[in-house]
Amino acid sequence: MKFGVVVFPGSNCDHDAFYAISDVLHQPVEFIWHQSEDLANCDAVILPGGFAHGDYLRTGALARFSMVMKSVKSFAKRGGLVLGICNGFQILLEAGLLPGAVMRNIGLRYICRHVYIRVENTATPFTQAATPGQILKIPIAHNDGNYTADPQTLAELQKNQQIVFRYTSADGKDDATGNPNGSMESIAGICNRERNVTGLMPHPERAVESALDSADGLVIFRSMVESLATSAKASA
Amino acid sequence: MATASAEIKVTAEIAAEHGLSAPEYARVQQILGRDPNITELGIFSVMWSEHCSYKSSKVHLKRLPVCGTLVVQGPGENAGVVDIGDGLVAAFKIESHNHPSFVEPFQGATTGVGGILRDIFTMGARPIAVLDSLRFGPITADNSAPSVSPETIAKNRRILDGVIRGIANYGNSFGVPTIGGEVCFEPCYSQNPLVNALALGIAKKEDLFFAKARGTGNPVIYVGAKTGRDGIHGASLLASAEFTEESQQKRPNVQVGDPFVEKLLLEACLEAMTTGAVVAIQDMGAAGLTCSTTEMASRGGTGIEIDLARVPQRESGMTPYEIMLSESQERMLLVAERGREPEVLQVFKKWGLDAVVVGEVADGGLLRVKDHGIVVAEIPAHPLAEEGPVYQRPIAKPSRKDESAADWFVFGPEKKNLTDNFKQLLASPAISSKRWITEQYDTMVRTNTLAVPGAGDAAVVRIKGTKRALALATDGNGRWCQLNPRLGAMHAVAEAARNVACSGAKPIAATNCLNFGSPEKPEVMWQFSEAIDGLAAACNELETPITGGNVSFYNETLGSSIYPTPVIGILGVIEDATSVLKMAFRDHGDIVVLLDGMSGATDSPAVKSSNGSDAQLAREFSSSEYSKTVGGIVAGEPPAIDLPAEKRLQQCMVALAASRTIQSAHDLSDGGLAVTLAESCFASAPVRKAGDTLGAKIKIEDGTPSESAVFGERGARAVVSVSPNSLNAVLQTSRKYGVSAVRIGEVTANGIFRIELNGSAIIEEPVETLRDIWARSLERALKQ
Repeated sequence: MKFGVVVFPGSNCDHDAFYAISDVLHQPVEFIWHQSEDLANCDAVILPGGFAHGDYLRTGALARFSMVMKSVKSFAKRGGLVLGICNGFQILLEAGLLPGAVMRNIGLRYICRHVYIRVENTATPFTQAATPGQILKIPIAHNDGNYTADPQTLAELQKNQQIVFRYTSADGKDDATGNPNGSMESIAGICNRERNVTGLMPHPERAVESALDSADGLVIFRSMVESLATSAKASA
Repeated sequence: MATASAEIKVTAEIAAEHGLSAPEYARVQQILGRDPNITELGIFSVMWSEHCSYKSSKVHLKRLPVCGTLVVQGPGENAGVVDIGDGLVAAFKIESHNHPSFVEPFQGATTGVGGILRDIFTMGARPIAVLDSLRFGPITADNSAPSVSPETIAKNRRILDGVIRGIANYGNSFGVPTIGGEVCFEPCYSQNPLVNALALGIAKKEDLFFAKARGTGNPVIYVGAKTGRDGIHGASLLASAEFTEESQQKRPNVQVGDPFVEKLLLEACLEAMTTGAVVAIQDMGAAGLTCSTTEMASRGGTGIEIDLARVPQRESGMTPYEIMLSESQERMLLVAERGREPEVLQVFKKWGLDAVVVGEVADGGLLRVKDHGIVVAEIPAHPLAEEGPVYQRPIAKPSRKDESAADWFVFGPEKKNLTDNFKQLLASPAISSKRWITEQYDTMVRTNTLAVPGAGDAAVVRIKGTKRALALATDGNGRWCQLNPRLGAMHAVAEAARNVACSGAKPIAATNCLNFGSPEKPEVMWQFSEAIDGLAAACNELETPITGGNVSFYNETLGSSIYPTPVIGILGVIEDATSVLKMAFRDHGDIVVLLDGMSGATDSPAVKSSNGSDAQLAREFSSSEYSKTVGGIVAGEPPAIDLPAEKRLQQCMVALAASRTIQSAHDLSDGGLAVTLAESCFASAPVRKAGDTLGAKIKIEDGTPSESAVFGERGARAVVSVSPNSLNAVLQTSRKYGVSAVRIGEVTANGIFRIELNGSAIIEEPVETLRDIWARSLERALKQ
């Protein structure tokens, strides 16, 4: 089992994702350069947070043309696990691997703070270790996290249970109060229909140790490890 | 020598326009043995500007303590460096970007952050934290600023918004957590805000890099962004002159920042350094190519020869003068080992950055600048860098009218309920929560932040791979320095160090940013000299040598100076990162203890204020935040300081943290004991369940007026909370360090904040009511 963390020019949470996998989960991990033509035989790929290519245009609009994204797309098509965090989520949206878009936060300001998200679907490789409805305390840090989609797309996301995480209050009862950026349906993260590609605005890699005020993000990485272990066993 | 064609003939008048005085120009002629051409004049004018040459401050800066057993690099390099154990070093420095931030707040602030980050990674250290010390004019109309017009208030809000967005934009994109600092408001900063940025980085001791050119024939490589016409004369005409009505016309002198290119530059530089082919490196900040070439050559005792035709340029038709003086951002100059330049160039190519060999290290000590092979400037590097003018400027103590009791704060009647006044204090921009600002900063990237802004007295970042953490705090009370610069400067050091100690860290070193008015005014030079003596005394006593920083003069507009504002950053080390102290009360039933280094080892039962008469008390209290906010009075003197008492308290805090016997710690500063206690209640909220708010029930006995007892700002004090079974251990430790420890109350579960003085409740209110005022005032003020 091996994780890969893609490094775009301007990625700045690449080291954090790497550290969470290697030092907290004790799993093999390596960096994948954006101009790389393959994914170095990784079993799961993380697109980290940051400002790929500076994001002076729409977030993720340039990164989706990176050489490595061709490999990421075909990897996803073959069922490989792809997790996009923050800027990584924005890139997955631009690349068409996930539906919808993100706009500027509703207050037109960058927001960095801990938020609460509820796990809406535990039948994904990214949430299978969580309990249904589990509330996670995880930080956000973004300018553009206001998830938006047309009514039809939203309806499909609902119908196919692709909404994986919703912002909510600490007690999990009031989504509107917990929504920091104006996202439709308080969406914090979604997956594709096949469940193997997930993107979310909050940063689970920043919530992996109690010293950092929360270790709630671990459940996402643990789910991935579990899922990979199961599929490795199945193919053995 | 050959010169560029159609060149302006340099005269004494042109030299004066460049900010060079007649004697300075004569010295230029003497060094060259001839008249300079226009490019050379430009080079001299920036190198000898106040900003780059420290010509007015040098004679005073010598009095600062710069040595210590942990100091690896003191002032004179790109940043100060100290040993933090485990074979690691910390590089840190604070710098001002005041004038650009007034002329163009967003870009001024971004390039301030960008510049200080480059200073850190130039040394081979990866930046791990940024703090910002900010001063603005009033953003609300209130007691403390009755004469400030609504237009000025609106403008101050715009400046604040631009500066905050600028800092956020640069740090967030670059990927360094912005984790602390302070924001203060005084009318004197309306026309001249202060933006001081501090950056901290870490490196392995053996991987440090210095800006010392060596090895004749070694290639000089230009890397990073292309050179444009932005920022020409930023250091000389913008940073080294006061503002007039035409200052808005200086907008073209402000540089423009690109955090994305800086991020690439960081990664590329650190990667290039690992090749072993880099000999020396310096960033191009103030005075750009001029300063980097001159200083590298001067430090290395060599010469440097470059050809400007090879410099990557953003626009066509730039003259040698413009290229040498451009302050375009995100550029570096490095010297590589001859023959190994392809290894270096390859790294920059990978990161998509320009990297070009523009010249080489030469014998003879000359800075020789060519343009297409034709020499356009030829100046001995060492005299240019080191033999600039040095002034012993006239000093005169400003005349200050003799104050009497009529000028001072008049204490209200005893037993008067002070709850409403307390609310007014909590709502003031100075005291209220800064969360609205700090939430715009990425405070958590790099996953090292153990204390986010507002969680503890200092910002704390852990060092992965070790057990240690570093704590950092900045401080500087301009109002106090205006009233007494020597005492105010001592307080700045003491408070920053106290903040660091209250997070559990041992203070080890300091960096300073000295913001003053025009050095040509004897009164300003008196303030400067006094402040230096205050800094020296405090840094000596607290064993925090100054490892670097900068001086920012000419902070004045239309003839009026800012308050003298020395800002001090103190770095501390926590041996065990799991023992970090934060300010939040944790459990009801915990005992609240007031520690006081000044009361000595006796466990006196009272919160004694400064010794002395009532007149002395009123005089000191008139300089407090409460006096300013509630009484509208700024007068008197800062509280007297007792440096050995500060040291005792700090050592005690470090020992208490290491012994894990206390639950929380928070020092007393602006707003005194009442604000300290309230903030410990406010900070506790996020870790509590809804409807289960912690409160505090405090009982104090004090013979001084009640306002002085609860809002007085004398230093050397801190409030800690202790679980009952640790109380004896805490008392013992305090006694050992000669610090008095007085039990003043307990943490309650009823959510009520109550202070009883001499048997009467003088403040009583639900914590949630107070919290709402404190937490949302800033946002309300800025959204008006």
